Amino acid sequence: MREARGTVHKFGDNIDTDVIIPARYLASSEPEELAKHCMEDIDKDFIKKVKPGDIIVANKNFGCGSSREHAPIAIKAAGVSCVIAETFARIFYRNAIDIGLPIVACPEAAQNIKEGDQVFVDFETGLITDETTGLTFQSQAFPPFMQQLIDAGGLIPYINSKN
Amino acid sequence: MGMTMTQKILAKGAGLASVTAGQLIEADLDLVLGNDITAPVAIKEMDKFKTEGVFDKDKIALVPDHFVPAKDIKSAENCKCVREFAKRNKITNYFEVGQMGIEHALLPESGLVSPGDVIIGADSHTCTYGALGAFSTGVGSTDMAAGMATGKAWFRVPEAICFRLRGELQPRVSGKDVILHIIGEIGVDGALYQSMEFAGSGVAALSMDDRFTISNMAIEAGGKNGIFPVDEKTLAYEKEHGAEVDESKIFAPDDDAEYVRVIDIDLSKIRPTVAFPHLPENARTLDEIPEITIDQVVIGSCTNGRIQDLRQAADILKGRHVAEGVRVIVIPATNKIYLQAMEEGLIRIFLEAGAVVSTPTCGPCLGGYMGILAAGERCVSTTNRNFVGRMGDTTSEIYLASPATAAASAIAGKIADPTAC
Ligand code: SF4
Repeated sequence: MREARGTVHKFGDNIDTDVIIPARYLASSEPEELAKHCMEDIDKDFIKKVKPGDIIVANKNFGCGSSREHAPIAIKAAGVSCVIAETFARIFYRNAIDIGLPIVACPEAAQNIKEGDQVFVDFETGLITDETTGLTFQSQAFPPFMQQLIDAGGLIPYINSKN
Repeated sequence: MGMTMTQKILAKGAGLASVTAGQLIEADLDLVLGNDITAPVAIKEMDKFKTEGVFDKDKIALVPDHFVPAKDIKSAENCKCVREFAKRNKITNYFEVGQMGIEHALLPESGLVSPGDVIIGADSHTCTYGALGAFSTGVGSTDMAAGMATGKAWFRVPEAICFRLRGELQPRVSGKDVILHIIGEIGVDGALYQSMEFAGSGVAALSMDDRFTISNMAIEAGGKNGIFPVDEKTLAYEKEHGAEVDESKIFAPDDDAEYVRVIDIDLSKIRPTVAFPHLPENARTLDEIPEITIDQVVIGSCTNGRIQDLRQAADILKGRHVAEGVRVIVIPATNKIYLQAMEEGLIRIFLEAGAVVSTPTCGPCLGGYMGILAAGERCVSTTNRNFVGRMGDTTSEIYLASPATAAASAIAGKIADPTAC
C-alpha cells in the first residue's frame, strides 16, 4: 500500500489495546470476528460508522498496553487504511508494521486534523494532506529497513524474500 | 561513547563490538515465548514461511496461562493448537496444566532466563526478566513466529533513562509502590521506546521479587525493557533455580554511558501507593486519598503473585477476617509458589480470613474469568493495568496496589494503609 485516503475518526490520548479489542474477545483470532468489536469499549458505534479506507487519528501513546496483535488486526480488518497519532506505544508500532497496517507518527497532524475531515496520506513521502482544511503536514519517512518491510507486505514476506 | 547495560547486551546479541541508540540491528535470540492467546496467532503465521519447523526446540517456551484451565470452548481450542504444535515440534519447554504458572513468574523460576540473554515474548510483560539482567521485551505474534522460525529479531537500539536508587524501603512498602511511584512521576509514556535502567546503592536492598515487580511494569511507562544490574542476589537466585550463568554475559553499563534522563529515588521515602482508574500513572499515596469503599480484592498476576507477595498479604490477613461484602481472590502465580505457600501455612491463613485461593492463571487480571467485575464495582488489585473495562464492565473501577495494601483494604472494606495495620 502506497497511499491512503479516507474520513477521519478522532480519538484522544493513551488509547489502549484493551479498548481497541477487549480481552473478552481474544479467544478468537479471526480478523473478521475481531473487527466486529474494534474500539467497542471506547466508542460502541465505531464499527457501524467506519467505512473501508477510513483513517484513525489519535493523540499520544496510541496502542499502549498489551502485546496483542489482535489490536492492529482488528483495526485493519475493520477497514481502516491508516492510523495517524502523535506517538505510538512501541509494541503496537512494531505489530502494525509487521502485519502491514500503515501507521504514521506526526504530532502536528494529530493535533490539527478534526473528526470527519477527509485526509490523504502519501506513505512514500510522508506527506499528510487534510483535504477538508487544505493543511499539509510532513511526517518522517520510514527508515530504509522499515520501508523494505512495508514494501514486502510485512515481516513474514520480507523474511521469505531474503531466503 | 559508552554503552548502557541494554546496549551492551544487544551489541553482543547482534555480534557487534558496539551499538548506538537509534541503530537498527538484528540479534540472535536466546528464548522466544508465547502463551495461549498469542501463540495460536503465531502458529498460524508459521505456515506462511518457506522454511519448515522451529530454529531450536530448546529455546522456545510455550505457556498456556491466560484462560487456563480452559474457560470455554474457544480457549480449549487455542490450548489444543499450542499443545499440538509443541508436540509436533518437540518443544522442550511446553508447560501443561499441573506444571504451569503465569509465564513471567514461571520462566525465571524454571531457570530459563540468564543474565545477558536476549529474549522476546509475545506478551507485553516479557520485560519482567530484566530483573535478572537479561534484555527481554514484548512483541506481537508475527515477531514471535519469525523468532521461532529464524531465531532472530530486529530491534531499534533504545536510549535509556537511569533510575538511581538509594536507601531502603520501609516495612510494608514494596517494589509495587516503587514502580507505581515511578509511573506516577514519568507517566504512561514517560519511557516510550526507551530502556529503564536501575542502578545505585539502593538496588542491593531490593529483594528479587521486588525487582521482578519493578521490571514487570516497565511497559506501563511505555518502556522497551526495565533492567537491573547483576549482583549477589541475582546469582543466588539463578543458582537456586538451576539457571546457567555465563560470566561473559554479565554486563554493567559504562561509566560514560549516555542517558536521556537520570532520576534519583530515595527508597526510604516511598509510601504505599495506589494507581487510580483508569491509568497506571494516576498514582497517589495513601495519605492523600478520600475514602473509597471496595467490592473485590485480587492478589496475584505476573506482577504480584510471587511468594514474597503472598507472605506480605498473609502477614496482614493472619488472624483477621475480610470485611463483609468484600470478595478476596488470591492467585499464586505458579504451582511451585502455591505449594510453598501451602507449606508455609499461608493458604490456611487466606482461607480462614475468608478469601478464596485459585489455581495459577491470569484469570481476572485481563478480565478473562475468575473474578470479573459487574457495572460500577470497585476492585483493589495487585495486577498491572487499570484501563477501562480491563477486568469487566466498562463502568467498573480498578485500583492498582501492592499485596500489603490489597490485604489491608480487604480487611477494611475500603482502600487502607498497610503501615497502619
Ligand atoms: S497476569 Fe495479567 S499482565 Fe501478567 S501475563 Fe497474565 S494477563 Fe498479562
